[in-house]
Amino acid sequence: MFLSMNWIEDFVDLSGLDKLDLIHRFSLSTAEVENDIFFKGSDISGIVVAEIKSVEEHPKSKKLHLLKVDTGSGELTDVVCGAPNVRVGMKTAFAQLGAKIGEITITPRDLAGYTSFGMCCSESEIGISDDHSGIMDITDDVPLGTDIKKIYDVDDIIFEVDNKSLTNRPDLWGHYGIAREFAALAGRELKALETDDLSVYADLPQVDMKIEDTLCKRYSTIKVENISRSVSPVNIRIRLFYCGMRAINYLADLTNYLMLEMGQPMHAFDARKVEKIRIKRFDAPFTFRTLDGVDRNVDENTLMICNDNTPVAIAGIMGGLDSEIVDDTTTLTLESANFDAASVRKSTVRLTHRTDASMRYEKSLDPEMTVPAIGRFLYLLKKYDGGVKVVSSLTDEYPVKFPPVTLNFDQNFVDRYTGINIDSDTILKTLTSLGFKAEYADGKYTVDVPSWRITKDVTMNADIIEEITRIYGYDNFEVNTTRSPLYPVRMTEVKNNEEKIKDMLVKKYSLHELHSYVWAYNDELKELGIAIEDNVKLANATNPNIETLRKSIIPNQLCQVKSNVSYAPEFGIFEIGRVVNGLDENNMCVEHKKLAITLFSKTTSMRDLYFRLRDILASLALDIKHSELTFAAKEAEHDYEHPVNLNTVLLDGKELGVIGIVHPTIGKNIDKKANIVFAEIDVDTFASEKDKGIVYSEPSKYPSIEYDLSLDIPEGALYGDLKECWTNEGKDILKGASIVDTYDTDEVHRITVRFVFSSDERTLSSAEVQEIIDKITANLSTKNVTIKQQ
Amino acid sequence: MDERILKLKSEFEAKLSKTKDLIDLDGIRVGFLGKKGSITALLKGMKDLGVEQKKAFGADVNKLKEFAAAEIDKKTAELKKKQTELEIKSMPKFDISTPANCSCGSYHPITLVQRQCETIFKSMGFTVEDYSEVVTDYECFESLNIPKHHPARDMQDTYYLENGQLLKTQTSAAQNAILRKYGPALIENGTPIRAIFPGRCFRNEATDACHENTFFQMEGMMVDKDISISNLIYFMKTMLSEVFRKDIKVRLRPGFFPFVEPGFELDISCLICGGTGCPSCKHSGWLELCPCGMIHPNVLREGGIDPDKYTGFAFGLGLTRLAMMKYGIKDIRDLNSGSLKSLSQFTDDE
Repeated sequence: MFLSMNWIEDFVDLSGLDKLDLIHRFSLSTAEVENDIFFKGSDISGIVVAEIKSVEEHPKSKKLHLLKVDTGSGELTDVVCGAPNVRVGMKTAFAQLGAKIGEITITPRDLAGYTSFGMCCSESEIGISDDHSGIMDITDDVPLGTDIKKIYDVDDIIFEVDNKSLTNRPDLWGHYGIAREFAALAGRELKALETDDLSVYADLPQVDMKIEDTLCKRYSTIKVENISRSVSPVNIRIRLFYCGMRAINYLADLTNYLMLEMGQPMHAFDARKVEKIRIKRFDAPFTFRTLDGVDRNVDENTLMICNDNTPVAIAGIMGGLDSEIVDDTTTLTLESANFDAASVRKSTVRLTHRTDASMRYEKSLDPEMTVPAIGRFLYLLKKYDGGVKVVSSLTDEYPVKFPPVTLNFDQNFVDRYTGINIDSDTILKTLTSLGFKAEYADGKYTVDVPSWRITKDVTMNADIIEEITRIYGYDNFEVNTTRSPLYPVRMTEVKNNEEKIKDMLVKKYSLHELHSYVWAYNDELKELGIAIEDNVKLANATNPNIETLRKSIIPNQLCQVKSNVSYAPEFGIFEIGRVVNGLDENNMCVEHKKLAITLFSKTTSMRDLYFRLRDILASLALDIKHSELTFAAKEAEHDYEHPVNLNTVLLDGKELGVIGIVHPTIGKNIDKKANIVFAEIDVDTFASEKDKGIVYSEPSKYPSIEYDLSLDIPEGALYGDLKECWTNEGKDILKGASIVDTYDTDEVHRITVRFVFSSDERTLSSAEVQEIIDKITANLSTKNVTIKQQ
Repeated sequence: MDERILKLKSEFEAKLSKTKDLIDLDGIRVGFLGKKGSITALLKGMKDLGVEQKKAFGADVNKLKEFAAAEIDKKTAELKKKQTELEIKSMPKFDISTPANCSCGSYHPITLVQRQCETIFKSMGFTVEDYSEVVTDYECFESLNIPKHHPARDMQDTYYLENGQLLKTQTSAAQNAILRKYGPALIENGTPIRAIFPGRCFRNEATDACHENTFFQMEGMMVDKDISISNLIYFMKTMLSEVFRKDIKVRLRPGFFPFVEPGFELDISCLICGGTGCPSCKHSGWLELCPCGMIHPNVLREGGIDPDKYTGFAFGLGLTRLAMMKYGIKDIRDLNSGSLKSLSQFTDDE
């Protein structure tokens, strides 16, 4: 919203103060002011009122005219002018020699053989409107030669306030409310608005008006006849233009002017079209043509202003084309109303049409404002159009009032909230300047909240703190730490584990952490040939590429692998992120935190890559939980999983997740030559497993005996299954078994297992070792393992 | 001296002088001094001699033996020295200026700034909380004093799910749960609530260089008996100075957020120009950084905490924005791009 400093100064005397400094303080204490501040009129000088005394055609140009203009000096000035609207006797804005318009300084100038000693200006050239159809037509009775800056408010400081920062301040949607803030900040008095005395019309007939719907909180109207003026005074037009609105006609301009001044939207109906005002909703949807000429579909939830049963305006949003002010309008019915904020907001959403009026109504305007706004409107209307006649009494329905709000609090409450000492005089002065009625006695405050603040933002004691502190100035706050006691901070197990996992994966295994979105990527997955599995969907995504929440990180990660194939011949990526696995019995999303890892390589064999990933998982378990993982073969459930080598990952028998190879079809779509393996584990489950901690065992002082056995194992047999052949035979002296060699051909799968025996109490005899070895070999032979002698 | 001894001595000296390596030398040692060596053999031939002769011969052989052993030691040292010299000489010179191969992994930049913030807050007694991404309307709005049809809901374009839940639009969605989690300890034992909760948030909007539908925030909250605006400014200033590792000026402006009262927009002095004005701060000298405020009494009450007894502050720091500022990332989409060319650069930054 653009604000005019001149307009603000109508209501508060800011003379002698630095305006820019005040605007800056307003930004720090009230609402955010945008950086660009406009100094209107600063690039204009030397433009005076002049009268055109003669007009001749230019002999060589159809467009140009030769004028003689009088600037009041007694001498006529020759001017060549291209404007189509020149006429003898017309007063216009004339840039004399030496005048400045922007970068241009006016000098004598030859135009097709004639010299022009100055320039007649359009309003657009002066910068006071966008009208450049002709030169300015000055109809006011002003002496020739007067600088136009002396008669019109060309000079002004315009600043813009971010609308978002006014969301909770319905009182700041007009200059009068803004002026109140400036008055408080400057310590100056806010002037009362000059209004027409409405009581004098009390004996006139009422307007036929009836509120038939609770969405209308107040409706005030009055009827005026004998309007003769159609074009607004220049100063009104300048203010509207500077504040971002276009002048339309006198009545429409005045309603807009009132809205910008008081924040109260108003609507002027042609009284011929609106005789029986009814405010209501309709039972069925219909089409309504608004004054911008657009046919809009209005549904049954939208509040309408009607002439009996004919809709004439969408309440709080926009008037209808049929009842708008036209050229021959001489009587008007004025609307100054208050509508339910939420209803207006919802209607604008349904109509996808937001207006200056609806923007204000959405903020919960003060309903007390409707009648003063009519008084102000009539005051201005009469000021510029003396012949108007009010023909009705003020007609006002006000079914529900906001209850008054009185706040009671003590000095201690303020001190506790602020953490500093703001004295009672300052508090009283601040609140009074903002329109609160504040009293202080015995350490206690009693504060009546003004009507323009109770509709929304000041309803409880905490709200008053902001009023006190923002005017006090946050820059003036003494800054202090708290006196709260300190306690040791313990991180959750999940957080601890997560950080360790990240560190290990990055530092030890050189993996890269990436983030992918929480939903499936439609297009990218389609390209890879991965079907999106049914899951909870977004209800209102605007982007067609996203729709379904991800069940697993892996598919998204494979998309990332695809987009990185040219990054390096080998890389690994991981993500700790959330997935959703359908809904639970309460219709709530089942959300899990997962760790996903994908390794990609064009240089490492599938087998080595797979085992690298297995070892990464195993070291996570060993390092963080001091536990060993186990694996169990698993059937493929998803189209990206290779059915072979797919395993469930278990920690202490609890299912953590899965490790596998990417399905060859998908793999080829990513890269024809690369090997890709993936794993995904549940971070919460992992974190919930207890860390077994370090169990120290003192190394034996006696020598250990190593014994190697080469085992030819049958196709399909797992080392994990063979282990039971020795784990129960160790008699406390078998300290470990490890694979020291493997030999694989199509026919033979041979592994060499080294058994280590030792005792803490004695030197072992080879006989007792042999005894155990014999038992192990016997056990192995039951599993069809052949022992190759060393 | 016996001729045999002299002959053997000269034979030894001749062989020794020709020796070039330690293996040869060991052969000589064995050949002369070994159990079956020629000097040892001389002693065996002594049995035919008389007692006096035997004594003199034996002494001479022993002298030769000592002489040979000493000569071999000398030669060994000499050869070893030569060999070391040769080894040193034969070492090729390496070009240390070639590029190092570190094969570093990388953290997501969000992880790095998140850790930095967490470290600072942990040191000031704050716990770090985690929260789900899918939340209820109650968590994200109702409990935060944003009733249905509140215009503040318009400010946040929400992704709703078909079951009526939604993707959290702000980390504040965890406020209620955290107040409820730690409220009892506050009320019963006077343990202040000090928590930060980083998390991923979602807004249903079109993406461009400055807008993302998925981004990270870090919410912070402190509740105790007399938490004040003055405390809030202190914590924000201290924390931000630590994050940016320099003394940061902060300023508060009124800002409207339904879950705080009063609410503020917090600006920091521009990191580039320090406050004098430059293109990064649009010549204002300030950067708008994070919303904050005193927790609204309704929010405290909804979290089971009596607002007449306790006050608190809360703030929401944009981790994504922070990461972009800190590392000069110009396009917000880079963060979720999954591009290793961009993201593999963030090796570590403790």
